[in-house]
Amino acid sequence: MPAPDTAPDGASARTLLSIEGLTKVYPTGQRALEGVDFTVERAEIVAVIGSSGAGKSTLIRCINRLVEPTSGRIRLGDTDLSALSRRELRAARRRIGMIFQEFNLVERLTVMENLLSGRLGSVGFFASLARRFPPQDVSNAYALLERVGLAGYENTRADALSGGQRQRVGIARALMQNPDLLLVDEPTASLDPKTARQIMRLIRELATERHRPALVNIHDVALAQTFADRVIGLKAGRVAFDGPPAALTAETLTEIYGAEDWSQTIRAADDEA
Amino acid sequence: MSIAAVYPTTWRRPPLFGSLARQRIAIAAAVGYLVWSVSDLNVDYARILAGFPRAIDIFVKMFPPDFARWQLLTNGMIESVQMALAATLVGVVLSIPIALAAARNLAPRPLYLAARGLIVGGRTLHEIIIAIFFVKLFGFGPVAGLLTLAFASAIFLGKMLAEDIENVRVGPVEAVRATGAGFGQTVVYSIVPQVLSRAVGVIIYRLDANVRHSTVIGIVGAGGIGQTLSASFSRYDYDFAAAILLSIVALVALGEWFSDWVRRKLR
Repeated sequence: MPAPDTAPDGASARTLLSIEGLTKVYPTGQRALEGVDFTVERAEIVAVIGSSGAGKSTLIRCINRLVEPTSGRIRLGDTDLSALSRRELRAARRRIGMIFQEFNLVERLTVMENLLSGRLGSVGFFASLARRFPPQDVSNAYALLERVGLAGYENTRADALSGGQRQRVGIARALMQNPDLLLVDEPTASLDPKTARQIMRLIRELATERHRPALVNIHDVALAQTFADRVIGLKAGRVAFDGPPAALTAETLTEIYGAEDWSQTIRAADDEA
Repeated sequence: MSIAAVYPTTWRRPPLFGSLARQRIAIAAAVGYLVWSVSDLNVDYARILAGFPRAIDIFVKMFPPDFARWQLLTNGMIESVQMALAATLVGVVLSIPIALAAARNLAPRPLYLAARGLIVGGRTLHEIIIAIFFVKLFGFGPVAGLLTLAFASAIFLGKMLAEDIENVRVGPVEAVRATGAGFGQTVVYSIVPQVLSRAVGVIIYRLDANVRHSTVIGIVGAGGIGQTLSASFSRYDYDFAAAILLSIVALVALGEWFSDWVRRKLR
């Protein structure tokens, strides 16, 4: 288990992630983000909610620059992610684990190869071509497989797994990087409700165990309230809400999503808490 | 039911050319041009009829096929097969950079356009034309044939592979890139696994095609069994030519059976 570089209680004053004035305008002219500001100072689970097209996906893809921001600053610890060269960006991406809605496993590869692909940033081209990874990485992969409940699946091809199992592999792959930050894009949108809760619980447990912050895009408000320490609501590319889950009221949800009867959503979350 | 009275009870597919009248004009024009083309070619029916007795004459002379010069025959066949194998191998190696450059989702725009230009240009030239060119450059013999088939294979495989790469699922590519993997690693870990089984199928198909082409390009002097065949025809050795033709049929059938077998194994 790696040594945490922030105190377990999250009391450290060091800013883990800070985003200032982040704006993204796509070549089509679509303004996805309009001056987003927030900081993450503790190893907390931050749920990002908002309707489709509010900029959730763009936000987390700007952080590891799968999408190039138009302007603004993104700092991970002491690194200014928005100002890196290609080589430096590769090094920075190793520190950021990402989990996807569609799992994005390489289906024809084995579970083990998918896990080890999380180490590609740290291994040379020919070693990775020959599947020769450092012993430490291999034993780490076995440990993670067991931790996510997939011990014994290392030689199974990814396309033979169920949705929930695939997402467990996706989580393990991200953790293979031993990341400083987890970016999680709609992890449960392709899963049934029960599996969705198990996956959210697993992400929460693993992030907490490792004292790492996680930014989780999620459109299920009840899940966000149950599993997050903090909720950021995006509306049309701007931060419309930033606070603890308990502070989410029918008014704030209307502010984020537009008018709707929210009583069921909020009560459901209260029941499960 | 009153609903049946309200909605139309007939529906026709909208005509392809906008209106029915325009569609009829277009069809009439196409048929008219076809008729005119055939009449303009001055098809001489007498000459066609005269060809039939000659065909019978040639077929009669072909029997029985003469396998007496089997050494010449096997040498030609072996040369053709070697040409096809070597050309496929060289073609595969050359096609990989072409395919990567010609995949819209990987290559920067100028490189993409250059590679697509190479593919379009290369495909306009039939193997026979390339073979004539290479025979002029490198002289008669299998070297010209090998280069011809290698060039044509590289272009063909490059195009097929590029299209497979463009159809890859982007999610896994994004995921591997997000781990900090370099370009080569991203290709090896997210693109190769997605295209490999189809690529092997296409390569086997191309090997099969190269065996067939290798029997033909010899006719313009590029080595192999085609050259032997061409020589026997010009010397009126129809019985030997028949032996060569039978051997080619057997070889091509064998190649097709092999490629079917491999592709069935791959599925």
